[in-house]
Amino acid sequence: MTPSASRAAVPERSGRPAPPGRPPGRRPPRMVSALARAMPFPAGAGLARVLVERNVMAYRRLWVLLLSGFVEPVFYLFSLGIGLGALVRTVTTDSGVEVPYPVFVAPALLAASAMNGAVFDSTFNVFFKLRYARLYDSVLATPLGPRDVAVGEVTWALMRGSLYSGAFLLVAAVAGFVRSWWALLALPGAVLIGFAFASVGMWATTYMRSWVDFDYVTLVIQPLFLFSATFYPLAQYPGSVRWLVEWTPLYHGVALERALMLGDVGPGLLVHVGYLLAMGLLGVWGASRRIERLLLS
Amino acid sequence: MIEASGLVKRFGDLVAVDGIDVSVQRGEAFGFLGPNGAGKSSTMRMVGAVSPPSAGVLRLFGMDPATHGPQIRARMGVVPQRDTLDEELTVSENIRIYGRYFGLSRAETRRRATELLQFAQLTERADAKVEPLSGGMKRRLTIARSLVNDPELLLLDEPTTGLDPQARHVLWDRLFRLKRRGVTLVLTTHYMDEAEQLCDRLVVMDGGRIVAEGSPRSLIECYSTREVLELRFAEEDLTGHARAVEGIGERTEVLPDRLLVYVADGDAASSEVHRRGVQPLSSLVRRSTLEDVFLHLTGRTLVD
Repeated sequence: MTPSASRAAVPERSGRPAPPGRPPGRRPPRMVSALARAMPFPAGAGLARVLVERNVMAYRRLWVLLLSGFVEPVFYLFSLGIGLGALVRTVTTDSGVEVPYPVFVAPALLAASAMNGAVFDSTFNVFFKLRYARLYDSVLATPLGPRDVAVGEVTWALMRGSLYSGAFLLVAAVAGFVRSWWALLALPGAVLIGFAFASVGMWATTYMRSWVDFDYVTLVIQPLFLFSATFYPLAQYPGSVRWLVEWTPLYHGVALERALMLGDVGPGLLVHVGYLLAMGLLGVWGASRRIERLLLS
Repeated sequence: MIEASGLVKRFGDLVAVDGIDVSVQRGEAFGFLGPNGAGKSSTMRMVGAVSPPSAGVLRLFGMDPATHGPQIRARMGVVPQRDTLDEELTVSENIRIYGRYFGLSRAETRRRATELLQFAQLTERADAKVEPLSGGMKRRLTIARSLVNDPELLLLDEPTTGLDPQARHVLWDRLFRLKRRGVTLVLTTHYMDEAEQLCDRLVVMDGGRIVAEGSPRSLIECYSTREVLELRFAEEDLTGHARAVEGIGERTEVLPDRLLVYVADGDAASSEVHRRGVQPLSSLVRRSTLEDVFLHLTGRTLVD
């Protein structure tokens, strides 16, 4: 270990002059860091991406595990779409279009799998790193802050999620269950759903005391999966229940993906986008606040 | 490097650190000596800029950790009390990704990982998993990892606790080398031999306060005698024997298993004990250590 000219770089304004030989483009864009400072967010050094890099490194030897995420939604698609679809034949959507059952259910499965993947990643995996591996303790001893941890982990969950969603879309398209080129936007749509659930899931994880608490996660996720107009249109519900469902997050995800994959696009979709975006930002805020309270006390 | 005055850390009603003043200069090896619960780790976390002080002033490299945490942490290395190695990664990856956390380029982290593994004598284990490594190896890896950003200040929280004697000596040797290179070391320990080996200057902490400060030598001169006569007896109750040897030394301490007689000349004191007709099972003359200083200052032993 010899002292070298280039010391560690801190990509925020520091009193020291920038050391020579620092690669350019390491600072976050001025706008982003200004925005981050303006918000009441816990501190971060804009280095969330290196936590993503750490996860990529850890998963390089575990890529087989990644495959499991592809399989589940595709199984659902063929079991429900083809099996159940043979009995149900067509469904009239909430916007009044009659479509074959697999075409109806595929977008919902995409939304649900985006949710499931995000929740799994941000609860089980984060809990392990937080309480057992104590990963974040060592991370926070470096320039990284709690916001970097939250943003990094959520980003990683989204990267994995979009891999699965992309594969699912491809399978659905090849099987002939996709009706419109708008379906290309279903991929970012799935990432948005993942963002909403991953960040809130991570927030919830910071309150968990033991593995037993994960039963509560199932308790929330299962009804969302079953009742968010996933397998039948919202019109099946009586008025008051429908109103309730319209407030739940996965409903907005399902509605967004269904509209995009059926090509039934209108300005109303912005409500779904806004809902999910707000949920995601709230989650990142809450998660980083909690990490700060837990680990930087 | 470190300037603290009136530093306090409270957790609810518990006062972990109760108003301490500390100043550490560049190139020094500085120690916090004290038993478990003395407030050493809480102090280290504040100095590591990961725990905001409840009161008092703290400046690290002249900066306030509340506003310049990332800048401060970028110039420090931290070896926590419990190893927090990344067990999903290999030995070499642990160092490389840690360098990335400090914003170093990939090429630079690769170069430093090679150097640091050599320094930590772990080159052969570079591609091994972390989990099966021995305690001493994990500790050396943690130290190697903490050096990846070429820190000016290295914080070590009980660096050798739980290691066998040989592993401790290997580790001390590595820390000596760092000290020679001009790295400022700040460490906590409840081993007096460790403090004597490594520290130029230290403070003795008890109950969240600093009870003494100085070099190991000066603390011993100040708070203890040159030699100590240790007497062991067959009986359980040592108070009778304590009375019998009273006045031989400057002080007598009664421990559960032995008496300590503080004297300038241990052999002369030993003869005096025999002259008085006191018959210990064994008697031993040794030099005073920081353990004796601590015992004198707090009435308690460091490791119990």
